[in-house]
Amino acid sequence: MVPHLVPRWPVCLFQWRAACTLGACVPQSAWAGASRTPGPGSPRGAVGTSPLVRRGGSSSSSRAPEVMLTRERYPVQRLPFSVVSEEDLAAFERITPGRVVTDPEELEASNVDWLRTVRGCSKVLLKPRTTEEVSHILRYCHERNLAVNPQGGNTGMVGGSVPVFDEIILSTALMNQVISFHGVSGILVCQAGCILEELSRYVEERDFIMPLDLGAKGSCHIGGNVATNAGGLRFLRYGSLHGTVLGLEVVLADGTVLNCLTSLRKDNTGYDLKQLFIGSEGTLGVITAVSILCPPKPRAVNVAFLGCPGFAEVLQTFSTCKGMLGEILSAFEFMDAECMQLVGHHLGLISPVQESPFYVLIETSGSRAGHDAEKLSSFLEHVLDFGLVTDGTLATDQRRVKMLWALRERITEALSRDGCVYKYDISLPVERLYDLVSDLRARLGPKAKHVVGYGHLGDGNLHLNVTAEAFSASLLGALEPYVYEWTAGQRGSVSAEHGLGFKKKDVLSYSKPPAALQLMQQLKALLDPKGILNPYKTLPARA
Amino acid sequence: MAELRALVAVKRVIDFAVKIRVKPDRTGVVTDGVKHSMNPFCEIAVEEAVRLKEKKLVKEIIAVSCGPAQCQETIRTALAMGADRGIHVEVPAAEADRLGPLQVARVLAKLAEKEKVDLVLLGKQAIDDDCNQTGQMTAGFLDWPQGTFASQVTLEGDKVKVEREIDGGLETLRLKLPAVVTADLRLNEPRYATLPNIMGAGPKASASGNGSADVAPMEAGCRRLGQGRPVNRGLPCAESQEEED
Repeated sequence: MVPHLVPRWPVCLFQWRAACTLGACVPQSAWAGASRTPGPGSPRGAVGTSPLVRRGGSSSSSRAPEVMLTRERYPVQRLPFSVVSEEDLAAFERITPGRVVTDPEELEASNVDWLRTVRGCSKVLLKPRTTEEVSHILRYCHERNLAVNPQGGNTGMVGGSVPVFDEIILSTALMNQVISFHGVSGILVCQAGCILEELSRYVEERDFIMPLDLGAKGSCHIGGNVATNAGGLRFLRYGSLHGTVLGLEVVLADGTVLNCLTSLRKDNTGYDLKQLFIGSEGTLGVITAVSILCPPKPRAVNVAFLGCPGFAEVLQTFSTCKGMLGEILSAFEFMDAECMQLVGHHLGLISPVQESPFYVLIETSGSRAGHDAEKLSSFLEHVLDFGLVTDGTLATDQRRVKMLWALRERITEALSRDGCVYKYDISLPVERLYDLVSDLRARLGPKAKHVVGYGHLGDGNLHLNVTAEAFSASLLGALEPYVYEWTAGQRGSVSAEHGLGFKKKDVLSYSKPPAALQLMQQLKALLDPKGILNPYKTLPARA
Repeated sequence: MAELRALVAVKRVIDFAVKIRVKPDRTGVVTDGVKHSMNPFCEIAVEEAVRLKEKKLVKEIIAVSCGPAQCQETIRTALAMGADRGIHVEVPAAEADRLGPLQVARVLAKLAEKEKVDLVLLGKQAIDDDCNQTGQMTAGFLDWPQGTFASQVTLEGDKVKVEREIDGGLETLRLKLPAVVTADLRLNEPRYATLPNIMGAGPKASASGNGSADVAPMEAGCRRLGQGRPVNRGLPCAESQEEED
């Protein structure tokens, strides 16, 4: 479900290299005419080698011009890992026959992230089918001191899923088998490469649902979700993967298979090791199988889309919601007026309610339509009467439910089309959630095209995005470290659910004390002494 | 012009997104506890009526539904979208199963005459039986002109211009009112019912009551023998992998 981006790329961007800090800028590339070369630093500068922009062709087959190599855009040094040799390739061929990819065109997609902001130069992609193959691969790479980049659906937002240099890409694409599903307990055991949407379909046919849901569901792998402790739209109701994952099978840096793939709800025998790997972003081990608890499929799902006159009213609506809807509440998302303008302008989505400063999407999931409808009805009457909500609409059938969700889920897409996007994913106390957006609007003034805030209000998670026509170092300077310092001032998290990856590894200390960082680095050194698993990411380099 | 009155028929059907299951005894499909909503084509018909009212070409819209008590929900949805009144022709659940286009058409024809409407709007067909007969039969009973599969409706004084989607392309008819029009997919995009309207629809519906007393459906002329899944003809498609009930 990766939407096709229509990017715009200012030429001036290529001159920016030294000035770059590890910001969250997502510059877009332009539909360059055939004559425009990608830039001085790019090794494949000659336009003839890469697939050109095909004007008039179908949108799925044409490709945007190349993304700049990470090693040229960012100040990174390659660590002294070995370089892949012919012998290594032969060895891989023995472990995963026929599934060693070395063709540069095929590798292209796996070397670039979904946001098209970072690009590695890996020469090898491996596609194991079994845990055993993964174990052999890692044992070999460990002995040879070869760096490895585990990769799932490649939909991460912080550049953590693609190589920085020439790390070997270890793809879970062929590890897509469901191992077992218990129809009574709802416990699903599957390989790490299963696509979330397909798992959803599988369990929904059996009257269960996956405990998480996110916009990238059509492409992301469950292993990647677990490795990044993905949050998503159902977090409010079903909680974090730290709670819903019952067991993991992980291959460690030296090839050891750690089989903690139990399907037990309760097991207090020793330290809970799986918690270390959940959210470890592929730096402590490669997840090969997951055992996860699926909740029963709700019989009645309703979505209400409401317009609120101010953020104070949004917060009051939320409190009222929790009180009156209680256990049937499954999602509470908010977006501001500018978000609605953007989805309307770039994607043609029509607002179902009259223009308001804020919009709230509430989803309820329950076992009885009548009961839920009654609760929802009295809640809606209440918020309308008290002026917390000025307009709204209710969807009970699938088609309308999807249309309302699209207004929220496709904001990311609309932002990509608006220009150069600076993304921030922040946890803050709920009352202060929108203050940062208003602050930034005042601070940035005309420098920014749009400053928008939206997100999982129910989880205290703000997605703050700033768009500009083109990348601007001064804009980035105005944003960082201001945003991080503001967040730290509220004791918030500088990365609520996106993780650290490559782009945010140096801002971790805004939200964690030095002692915590030190312990993390000790654990990394313990589990991966050679540092071959997903190097250059998640934790800052040790001083 | 603003004297015109419209009757819109709406049917309560199983929601199109629901996975249909055949009953084990093969007498029908499972409807208990299954999500129902207004037939999508009926929604389009209601939307067209509301748009005509907004253009001040229609004065009053009456929504009608034939079936068990739950049809009130469907009528309420029509009211929330902008219909003025609702009429529920109550048919007990046991008999509702045998209600077909012929019976409904008789009811609609009687109501159209009783309410003295100028325009009867329906969806072209229901997604549960795909009959595509009710509109045509209603026009037959009333002896009114009909414009079916409408993709565009324009009121012109005492006539209505209907653009129809037919196999060969588009056909345009001009009908003298009163007339029957059935809505096709591309006629319009139905609106969201906004909360104030949804909240207001409750009291509206209860005021109308049901007009079942003088309009009783006749005996069903045909009887369904059974219902089952299509036989796997060995064609290579995803559906063929599903198991039989």
